[in-house]
Amino acid sequence: MNVSQLFGLTAAALVGLGVYGLIVNPQPLRKVLAFNLTGNGVFLACAVIAHRGAGAGMSGDPVPQALLITAIVVSFAASALAVGLMLRRFAETGTNSLAAADDAAPGEARTNAEAR
Amino acid sequence: MISAISVGIGILLLALALWTVVVRDTFAAVAGFIPYGLLLTLAWLVLRAVDVALTEAAIGAGLTGALLIRAASRLHPTETAAQAETPGLATRVAAGVAATAVAVVIALCLLRLPDPAPTLAPEVARHIQATGVGNPITAVLLSFRAIDTLLEAIVLLFGVVGVWSLAPDRCWGGRPGLAQAVGPNDILVYLARVLPPIGVVIGIYIFWVGADHPGGKFQGATVIAAMWLLVMMSGLRDAPPVSRRWLRAVLILGPAVFIALGLLGAVMAGAFLAYPDGWAKLWIIIIEAALLPSLAVTLVLLLIGPPQRPEVSP
Repeated sequence: MNVSQLFGLTAAALVGLGVYGLIVNPQPLRKVLAFNLTGNGVFLACAVIAHRGAGAGMSGDPVPQALLITAIVVSFAASALAVGLMLRRFAETGTNSLAAADDAAPGEARTNAEAR
Repeated sequence: MISAISVGIGILLLALALWTVVVRDTFAAVAGFIPYGLLLTLAWLVLRAVDVALTEAAIGAGLTGALLIRAASRLHPTETAAQAETPGLATRVAAGVAATAVAVVIALCLLRLPDPAPTLAPEVARHIQATGVGNPITAVLLSFRAIDTLLEAIVLLFGVVGVWSLAPDRCWGGRPGLAQAVGPNDILVYLARVLPPIGVVIGIYIFWVGADHPGGKFQGATVIAAMWLLVMMSGLRDAPPVSRRWLRAVLILGPAVFIALGLLGAVMAGAFLAYPDGWAKLWIIIIEAALLPSLAVTLVLLLIGPPQRPEVSP
């Protein structure tokens, strides 16, 4: 196993963890966090592809590396917008829950939403 | 060959990622995300992507971490309500199966990448002379794929517009963020007086050296943005009201210069964003120099959020 394969597997596991967190965690902030994990997994896969493309005296294929830099900056902007939406909703309604009041959410969540 | 340090980085990365997903407390999850970002920086270094490592350390770990920590502490009152919403076992098992399936498919794809790997490195090496810059990544960002960088700058601008549009009506045109109350003898105030001159020089150096070595405008802009944030957090200078004309001028300076030179290229060299022969280096420097302040201000404004305090009329 070489470095590319090791980080390839790490990238796949990161995407998996992110997808799991995105589905399971009820809080929007945790979903943003999980989505960042998925994004990092994709970036890592991209970096592995860049690493394998080393040649012509370069340590890696510069085109995917440049794309990665762009991607990291854009993902920060997306996270900032998501956090902004969350905080505004919290300021307006005092809640940050995604469960709608008449949502057929699992038992506990429902009672909790109604109690509020 | 594979070194022990690479294996260690991989295992620690996954352990911290798992922590951010499964830990109950949101603040603890975000606190795990920051060392995770720094480990990811090491992973980029192992993969010899130094420019990406710099960006990750500055933006991925630094700014995103700061953004999420702030949000986690503000949203702390919703914590107990949210924990009661944790889905049942069936949902969790189904999510686990779905996530595993996705991960396995990606792993199989990444293990069966074609050999020899397709690469554009020789193409870049062949044409880099024409751009006059020595760092191939800068050449890709500002010349071969300049349209990507232009669109990215515009996406960031839209991000700021999006964040600002979340301002309550009565606060529109006011100052973003909450007023900071820090004692005048606080260590933060001391750092905010001492660090910015050094930080700004380092930021400009990272930007300038990016032409030939790892570095560039994104990384440099983040260091400058961090210095401004430090001054704001210490309360030495308040955030500017978003209605300020100079603020908006700086915001659009980078993209505007980029588009203007792109159109000039259409006239002089026959294609949008094409550089006339012999002028490439100068044009790249002009575009980067215009983008640097725009990016720094954009990153700060994205981080501190929408206006929240109406401006007191003088």
